[in-house]
Parts: sequence; C-alpha cells; structure tokens
Amino acid sequence: MTINPAEQTSFLFGRLTLEALPLHEPILVATFGAVVLGGLALVAALTYFKLWGYLWREWLTSVDHKRIGIMYIILALIMLLRGFADAIMMRLQQAIAFNGSEGYLPPHHYDQIFTAHGVIMIFFVAMPLVTGLMNLVVPLQIGARDVAFPFLNNFSFWMTAGGAVLVMMSLFIGEFAQTGWLAYAPLSGSDYSPWVGVDYYIWSLQVAGVGTLLSGVNLLATIVKMRAPGMTLMKMPVFTWTALCTNALIVASFPVLTAVLALLSLDRYVGTNFFTNDLGGNPMMYVNLIWIWGHPEVYILILPAFGVFSEVVSTFCRKRLFGYTSMVYATVVITILSYIVWLHHFFTMGSGASVNAFFGITTMIISIPTGAKIFNWLFTMYRGRIRYEVPMMWTVGFMLTFVVGGMTGVMLAVPPADFQFHNTLFLIAHFHNVIIGGVVFGMFAGIVYWFPKAFGYRLDPFWGKVSFWCWLIGFWVAFMPLYVLGLMGVTRRVSRFEDPSLQIWFIIAACGAGIIALGIAAFLMQLFVSFLKRDQLRDVTGDPWDGRTLEWSTSSPPPAYNFAFTPVIHSHDAWWDMKQRGHERPLQGYHPIHMPKNTGAGIILAGLSVAMGFALVWHIWWLVALTFVASIAGTIIHSFNYNRDFYIPAEEVAQTEGSRTRLLAGE
Amino acid sequence: MSTEPAAAHHGHDDHGHGHEGAHGTMKSYVTGFVLSVILTAIPFWLVMGDVLATQRATAMAIMFFGAVQIVVHMVYFLHMNTKSDGGWTMLALIFTIVFVVITISGSLWVMYHLNTNMMPMTPHDMRNMP
Repeated sequence: MTINPAEQTSFLFGRLTLEALPLHEPILVATFGAVVLGGLALVAALTYFKLWGYLWREWLTSVDHKRIGIMYIILALIMLLRGFADAIMMRLQQAIAFNGSEGYLPPHHYDQIFTAHGVIMIFFVAMPLVTGLMNLVVPLQIGARDVAFPFLNNFSFWMTAGGAVLVMMSLFIGEFAQTGWLAYAPLSGSDYSPWVGVDYYIWSLQVAGVGTLLSGVNLLATIVKMRAPGMTLMKMPVFTWTALCTNALIVASFPVLTAVLALLSLDRYVGTNFFTNDLGGNPMMYVNLIWIWGHPEVYILILPAFGVFSEVVSTFCRKRLFGYTSMVYATVVITILSYIVWLHHFFTMGSGASVNAFFGITTMIISIPTGAKIFNWLFTMYRGRIRYEVPMMWTVGFMLTFVVGGMTGVMLAVPPADFQFHNTLFLIAHFHNVIIGGVVFGMFAGIVYWFPKAFGYRLDPFWGKVSFWCWLIGFWVAFMPLYVLGLMGVTRRVSRFEDPSLQIWFIIAACGAGIIALGIAAFLMQLFVSFLKRDQLRDVTGDPWDGRTLEWSTSSPPPAYNFAFTPVIHSHDAWWDMKQRGHERPLQGYHPIHMPKNTGAGIILAGLSVAMGFALVWHIWWLVALTFVASIAGTIIHSFNYNRDFYIPAEEVAQTEGSRTRLLAGE
Repeated sequence: MSTEPAAAHHGHDDHGHGHEGAHGTMKSYVTGFVLSVILTAIPFWLVMGDVLATQRATAMAIMFFGAVQIVVHMVYFLHMNTKSDGGWTMLALIFTIVFVVITISGSLWVMYHLNTNMMPMTPHDMRNMP
C-alpha cells in the first residue's frame, strides 16, 4: 500500500491523517494490541506497587554513571527483542516464499522490516550495549567517582532512547523507510520515497546521534582527565583503552553522519539537489560520505568487545594479559586504519584499479592487528588456569566464530572477488559473523562478567550456559547457509524466490534463527532465575571472580560515590597488584563527598526533541516551531540551575563503609 | 598498594582548575591581529590588482593564505601550543587534521575516480567511447 504523495495537509496535523494508521495490516494491528495491553499492564503494576516516584527519582533523573549504564543496557535488550522479531519475520518469509508462494509479507512491509532490523540492531541495540557497558565500567576502572559531565550523560541516554521511541512510533503511525539500513540516495530521496518512512529514519538517527556524540565527548574527557593518580596511559586497563579509542572514533565520525543526513533532509525538505540524479546532484557522494562514518562505526562497536574479552581472558586464566603493549598498539592501529578503508563497501560502484587496490590493501592490513589480538588472547590462555565460567565460554566461542568472519572479510576485501560477493548473502553472512560473533558475544560476556558489580549478585550459570550454547549453535546454523547461498549468487533483501533448489538453505537458516530465539529466551530466563535466587548468588566481597582491575576493589553494587578514597595506581591490573601487596581498606578518616544532583532536565529536553522529530516527519510546522523554542528555552533555563550539587556527609560515608567492613568480616 | 586518604582529590572536586593553558598577553593578541590583517590584505590585493597571471594561481594563493590564517588564529587567539593540557590539545588537533585531510582528499580522489568503470550513461557518452 502506498499513500499518494500529494495528499492533503492540514495546519493542525500536517500530513498526518487517520489513514496513516496501518489498520489494514493484521500483523501490525495484533502487535499494536499486544503492545497496548503490555504497556497498560506495566503502568498498572507501577501504579499498584507505587513505583512511579522511585523510578523517577532514582532512575529516570539519575546522573549516576552506573544507573545510566544499566538503563542503556535495558534499552538495548528491549530493542533487541524488536530487532530480533524483525529477523525472525524475514527468515520465515524467505523460507516459505518459493514455488509461486508470496509468503506472508507484502513487499512494502518486508522492505520496512529489513530496514528497521538493520537500523535497530546497529543504532539501538549494539550502540546502547557498548555505550552502556562503557558507562558502567570505565569510571570504576579508572578510579573515578563519575563521568566528567554527569548531567550530559543523562541527557545523552535520553536522546538515544528518544531516537528509539521515534523508530517504534513508525511501526504504528505511518511507515518506516524501505531503503535498507543506510538509506542510499537516490532511493531515499523524495522522488522515490515520498512518504514518511525516510523522514522517520532521518530524525530518529539525528536525535539518537546527538546522544551518541555527547556521550562520546563525555567518556573521552573522563578517560583523559579523571584517571586515578598513578594511572598513566600504559597502566590503563585494556577495556578502558578500547573505550578511549572507540570514543575518539565516535567524536570524529558521527559528525559526518549528522552532516550527510542533514544534506539528505535538505534534499527532501527544501528541494536541494545534493544527492539527486539530475541538476548536478551526485548520489555516489551520499554513499561515499555515509561510509566514511559507517566504517569507523563497525570498529566503534567491536573495539569495546575486544576490551571485554581482554579483561575476561586475563581474569579467568589468572594471568596478566599476554602482550599488553601490543594489545594497546593494535587497538590504536585499528583506530587509525578504520578511517582509510571505507571504499571497500562500494568497490563495484565504478572506481578504477588504483582506488580499489588501495582500499583493498588497507582493508587486508586491518586483519594484522586483529590477528595479533587473537594470538594475545590465545597466549594468555596458554598455561593459564582457565576457569570455564560463562564469560569465558562466550570468549572462546567468540574466538572460534570471529576468526571465520575475519577470514571471509579478507575474501571480501579482494576487489575482483568482491564483484562476485557484493550485495549477496555472502556479505550478510560475513557481517553477522563478525557482529554476532564479535560484538554480541562480547557484550554478553561483559554483561555476565560485570553483572555482580552492577547488582550485587551473580547470574545463574546454568541458564547462562543454555543461552551461550543456543546462541553459538544458532548462529552457525543460521548463517552458514547464507554463505553458501551468497556463493551461489543470491542477492540480499529479496522477498520471494523462483529457484526451488534454494529453499532448503533458507529453511535451515530459519531453524538457526529459531535456536537463537531460544538463546535470547534463556538469557531472559537467566535474569529472572538469578533474581529469584539472588540471596544464594549474593556477592559480598565485591570481587566474585578474583578480578584484576579497580572496579573489583569496591563493593557490589558500588556506593553512589564509587570509592571512599581515590586509589593510587602502581601497575596495570591495579587491584591484583593491591591484593598481592596485602592491601588493607582504610577504615577511618572519611571526608564529605561532593556529588552531582539528579535532574529531570535530560528527559524533558529529550522528550521535546522526540516531539520535534515527530512534527518534522509529519510536517506539523507549528509543533516544530513550538518544540524547537521550548527545547532552546529549556536548555537555557537548565543552565541557570545552580542547585546542582550536594555533599554526602562524612558520617554517611563512614556508615556505608562500616556496613561493608562488617559484610567483609562475614557478620 | 594503599589508598591514601585525601590524596589527590578527584572527580568533581577538581572542576574549574584544569586550565593550565596560556591566556595570552596584549602583545600576542596584537601580533595575531596584525598578522591576520596582513594575511587578509594580501589576498584582497591579489584579486583587486589582478597580480597573478591566471585565475587558478590566484585561487591557489588565496587558499594558501587562508590556511596560514587558520594557523595564526589557532596559535594567537586559541592559544594552541604543544604544552597545554599535557599535550592532549595538540594530539586532538593532529587527530582532527588527519581525519579531515583523509575525509576531504579521500572523497575527492574517490569521487573523481568513480566514473572509471561506469557504463556510458548517455548517448553522447556512448559515441565518445574509446
């Protein structure tokens, strides 16, 4: 179904009419019904248990980096369910749309699903997971009390969540883009995508992009400026190093995305011709610019995962990380190289041999530092006392899986071969191989590893292992068939097929997606079971894994101020070093601690931005003007709020630390 | 090792005094101002007086003086040097320059190259095929 682009607009509602509600799509109506019922149940439960005030005061307005990190991860898990629902629908459609069957999804809906799947999984699952984990862990690892700009952190989270809200709105009001997750021009221009789908895409990414960029600035400033005394750069934990490089990448590359989306919106809204086919526009420039952002983006995701694996390997093998220095240099080299490979995403677009050769070679070179990292992890395991706890299992699963993805990546980096692989399911299999096998496994390892630090009890290992095996097996079953299909030349984003011999591979892939669904269910089960068994799984030491870095030196969960005294660092693996030297917790001499106050400004400003995005999508100009003025005014008013800090009195610190002392003594 | 009470206040305590960067003197501001005026006057003169032989050379010269102007502004007005903030400012600047140079020169190179293997798009192109 398409709505006439020349539809009427009204002053009050812009181009929003009742026809924008997808009442003719039974799948969406049923989903909408389920969402409404679920939402009402949630609201009722929160009201019944009188949790609104607690939620608002302690979480939604919190400027505590740990709580913001947790909220990022909750956002990511919710969006994972949405993105995965899209994935299951695609796999099902492709498995049955053979022999003249049209499947159950009309093309207009199918195209929205693959676009939404990509956008959600990258921007609203992988990015919040990475940012959330960095938020939670980095200040603790460097011995800081919070990030450099605590309010900004809250605001960044809410802008990211606001982008997610806009994407979710597109499901029930109007449509989402049908262009693929990068919305290549000219398809995303107003000639070919006249209705609101691409506008939802643009404004959700612009709103979320503000959040991502500001949180990048924030964490960068935190790592550069707020390390504990003695922690020189080469004594930083590897996860903090990868966070530093990732945030440098975010700060440098996200403005490119913002700029290219701004140019696209100028094309769509005011009729400029940056990326059109005629009048001097050049759609290839869109592809070029978006990949200048897009390639660093994939390293933004994978570097923190590498950091998690480094921490997990050295903790669960009880050894210093093998080759710390080479690990750091490999990370820095990857950071720089990630800027000079972007053309490998469009070898087939017409460049000559010299350009393709240059970018092919730089791409292949990236596999060298990455390979060095794999060897460092292997050598750390070599003759280590390996404990196969759940985070370590994710790590070993990652190494086996990711290496295959890396090798198919090098295959794709060979320009003549890429002319065969380009836009086929081989590419799809490759990047799911590195993103699931690398980023997702890494984030799960990190969640299981740091969960006791965040909540004070460990996650139940049984369900963790079930989840791990389902994900690992499910991944291989789901994506190996796509490699095969890709080599046979099957292109991506196709909703129905003519050749019946392909069907068996799609059926196998659908089964794999089903196994991954069990993995996700097992993970949720793990959270639930662990919550019920929280007293058995309680961690009173603050150091359940016999850890090596500073976050394990404080209690689980850490007090609001993280550290009563700022630690002094003499070695990397600072906490391990402190334990070896027989460190004693200081038990007196506490000072009042200066802390930032919670504020609702972040959620209010982000709410205004969502309203503005919605108004821009539907051309409701009075609402655009109103929300724009309101958000500027809100920012100015908030900047005059001088009541933004307080002191935790020394007695309260003494009390908190005293109860920890009693816990440690086993009373 | 031990944690030392009250050693090195951290976090929010040290907001407000992390600026060891220079704040500039009257002399440095005047130097910067004079240099800027000169660097602006020269391109004006090149254009108004039709000094150079070709327009292309004039354009290149203006670009060159523009680049020098940027450096003058950064040194004299933004107090860019290798020491402020322990060298981080300089490192950030270098990183920015590297990224901008890669983006711009790379895009130009790529965009001028993209038609190499393209199919002829118009009848006119087709007639001029080698």
